[in-house]
Amino acid sequence: MSITDMGMVRDVTVSDAGRVTVTFTPTFSGCPALHVIRDSIEQAVRDLGVTDVEVRSTLTPPWTTDWINDDARERLRQYGIAPPAPTGEGQLIQLDAEPTRCPRCGSLNVRMTASFGPTLCKRMYVCDTCREPFEGFKSV
Amino acid sequence: MTTTPSISGTELTDTQTRALLLKLTVLADDEIILAHRDGEWTGHAPILEEDIALANIAQDELGHAGLYLSLAQTLGGSDPDQVAFWRGPDDYRNTRLVELPKGDWAFTMVRQFLYDTSEALWLEAATRSTYAPLAEIAAKAVREEKFHVQHTALWVERLALGTPESERRTQAALTELWPHAAQLFQPVEGEAELTASGILTDLNAVHARWSDLVTRHLVDKCGLTLPDAPATQPGRDTHTEHLAPLLEEMQRVARQHPDAEVW
Repeated sequence: MSITDMGMVRDVTVSDAGRVTVTFTPTFSGCPALHVIRDSIEQAVRDLGVTDVEVRSTLTPPWTTDWINDDARERLRQYGIAPPAPTGEGQLIQLDAEPTRCPRCGSLNVRMTASFGPTLCKRMYVCDTCREPFEGFKSV
Repeated sequence: MTTTPSISGTELTDTQTRALLLKLTVLADDEIILAHRDGEWTGHAPILEEDIALANIAQDELGHAGLYLSLAQTLGGSDPDQVAFWRGPDDYRNTRLVELPKGDWAFTMVRQFLYDTSEALWLEAATRSTYAPLAEIAAKAVREEKFHVQHTALWVERLALGTPESERRTQAALTELWPHAAQLFQPVEGEAELTASGILTDLNAVHARWSDLVTRHLVDKCGLTLPDAPATQPGRDTHTEHLAPLLEEMQRVARQHPDAEVW
């Protein structure tokens, strides 16, 4: 999974003078990997032979899991992580979580066992059809 | 999403800038102190999943504090780390609600519920701020806060409708915390002008929506009783004796290694 698969890269521009500007958006505001991501972007562009690199972050529009591309969703599922459901235009403050499918057998007969998982973007589930415990991406 | 026309940082008057700086600091202080209290459960929560959940929530709250303080810095405020780690209890402007010791699990969940609902409703309204940098922060943070509200609302319900013991503890927590919650809706100096210009949301309107939401959940759904709240509350510059020891612990490493850049 790359940051482009995740839909985090919002813009890349190259100026006439050869300066490369990459604009990305954080997934969660408290994500501890932000500094690493920023440095990795800069290094990746430098590795292409570019010397003048600027990495910017933007909050607008806010990152949504709807930007994770189809190919990446399928790879998440194959890895055993339920991809996020479409966020839709639901009520802002809702007490019920979105439906999630078991990444192994496809059943909707799943239970959330923890609403926060090992990283900010995931929750824990167990499938009552095939008994598989799994992680699911939050719809943000 | 739709974006509203923006007022850029340079167009704020001096008075507006001062008031907004104060507001951002107040918002960040609540997040920082509550995150620290939540962090005290790391390794001590009743079950592993909740240990992880509360650490996640604390991490989000610190993320929001970072957003507020970074914006404050563009308005002339100090470096966010400086603000967090080098101010003493006299300069912190958090509510007493968030500084009270973590108590038992019911206390922590009721407090988090009262706080998360107020934050979520405030942020939702703040997405319509005429000041674009604030509207952007609100649009980002509210998406995260939604998960906190879901989580803590469920916990409060589970505890209130659980055993006689969990119900007793939940009611006791609510009775102790409720008077302090009103402090979340105290305006800062100069807030009225910012509200009039659409930069800040109308705090009274948010307070009314919050009262409605928490009453429906706590009273109608969970069967708890709301105690009377005192008519007036001291300001955010008046703290309990619990803030100083909290800051001493939270700031110890930063103060011992003021030049550290990589942790």
